[in-house]
Amino acid sequence: MTSITNLSPLLQMGLLVLGVLVVASVAVAVLQRARPGKDFSELAARVRAWWIMAAVFFAAIVVSNRLSLGFFALMSFWALKEYVTLLKTRPADHHALVLTFLAVPIQYLWIGLDPPWYGMFIIFIPVYMLLALPVRMVLSKETKGFVESASQIHWGMMIFVFGLSHMAYLLTFPTIADTAANGRTLVLFLVFVVEMSDVLQYIWGKTLGRHKIIPAVSPNKTWEGFIGGIASAMLLSLGIRFLTPFSIKETLLVSFLITVAGFCGGAVMSAVKRDFGVKDFGSVIPGHGGMLDRVDSLCYAAPVFFHYVRYFYTK
Amino acid sequence: MNDEQRAVSPSGVSRSASEGIAAKTMKLTLRNVVQMMFFALAIKPFMALFIGLRVRGREHLRETDPFILIANHSSHLDTMSLLSLFPLRRLRRIRPVAAADYFERNRFVSVLTKTLFNILPIARKNITAENNPIRRMREAIEAGDSILIFPEGTRGSGQEMGEFRSGVAHLIEKMPGVAIVPAYLVNMGRSLPKGEFIPVPFFCEIRIGAPRILQGSRPEITKALEAAVHELAEEE
Repeated sequence: MTSITNLSPLLQMGLLVLGVLVVASVAVAVLQRARPGKDFSELAARVRAWWIMAAVFFAAIVVSNRLSLGFFALMSFWALKEYVTLLKTRPADHHALVLTFLAVPIQYLWIGLDPPWYGMFIIFIPVYMLLALPVRMVLSKETKGFVESASQIHWGMMIFVFGLSHMAYLLTFPTIADTAANGRTLVLFLVFVVEMSDVLQYIWGKTLGRHKIIPAVSPNKTWEGFIGGIASAMLLSLGIRFLTPFSIKETLLVSFLITVAGFCGGAVMSAVKRDFGVKDFGSVIPGHGGMLDRVDSLCYAAPVFFHYVRYFYTK
Repeated sequence: MNDEQRAVSPSGVSRSASEGIAAKTMKLTLRNVVQMMFFALAIKPFMALFIGLRVRGREHLRETDPFILIANHSSHLDTMSLLSLFPLRRLRRIRPVAAADYFERNRFVSVLTKTLFNILPIARKNITAENNPIRRMREAIEAGDSILIFPEGTRGSGQEMGEFRSGVAHLIEKMPGVAIVPAYLVNMGRSLPKGEFIPVPFFCEIRIGAPRILQGSRPEITKALEAAVHELAEEE
């Protein structure tokens, strides 16, 4: 029998995720059997959705670069849609919003160029869109609520388009010398660690959670969940070190960075939802809510991870 | 199908009605096919992927033709999104009532809207016995088609619903027993307001109410129509 470590990193990772999903499904079935009085339908729906998300994500990452780019662009588009729908926009913002959505394919176009245009990727939204958006709004001649609209629209673009697009750019990173790591494996590492940390924080919080961290923003976030989730996600990350160029110490450091960033992303999006007065951003993923409810932590973790790798591992 | 039956179970498919549809299905014109292709390849994907249309109460659209679908009106997306809820083979049975002075302003627009949306053009001015809007709608319903009509008469700002005109009540008075299906559209006017040509992909929603038979005087019927749509608007 071939040892699992001889397989390609992508296949190895696929098998690992499959294993995690099987364990999760079995655990839910056992829970349902053990406590017939309790309703586990939401948990079951969540696990089912994870199967689908994992399958779609793997297909998008593995098949081709174009497909991956389209997938991440669609993700940004959907997240931005969810955010903008909940904003109190003015009728006068129509043209600025058209421009905002137009910025999504353009931002991903810089990544899709061969070679990707890093300079433009990194300033298009933070600089040019920042300048252009209010100018488009000036042309609509409505000054009441101007600053509010300009700020909230650009903020959404920064987080959901600029932030998330870092994952797509990361994907284009070439193989890092003397390792098996490349853009694809690094994206898998990032997403697996951050999402596992989300799930583990939830599990630790549900079982042992006592002391709330930010009760005014998110009553479900506890110190026990935070510490337990991040510590266990860090341990797990050691198991998929084969996807990265990192040493053991560095793996722990990096996974600490991205899980804490992910926590911050989740907390920020909780505050946004509080402000909008909604429980979820949407309903596209059964049991999870909207796209933003699932990628909130990645919006923060992706840029942090991206710049770490870029600074230390590319020329 | 008699009126009592309808009133008791408005959603039930009567045998004679479904046979009527089957008979009409045989005659598929080129125009029908173009409309079906247009909806299958453009409108339905656009509603699903760009607008992200959410629908509540879709089951109420299983109502047997003919029925009268009414809704609030704030955007060109209204007609497209409502039509997109029907299966392709049913599309040619649904006639959106549209102002002739706007949708027949030139030959190009006229052919386009007749083909792609199968509109039922009605006159808003210079009404004669021949082009009487009520008569046109009545003829369509008698031919077995359902109609889609916006009782506000024109697109509003999308902020607040306008007052309903009395035309639909006239029609209902002339054709008692035809089921009314109310619908409320959310965010369409935000996505594509009057005067704009490029839509912004806000999530939009369609809420459809249970089919009902309305009786009474014209003002009473108009009030009941308004109330039916308002009730959907108030839903959480």
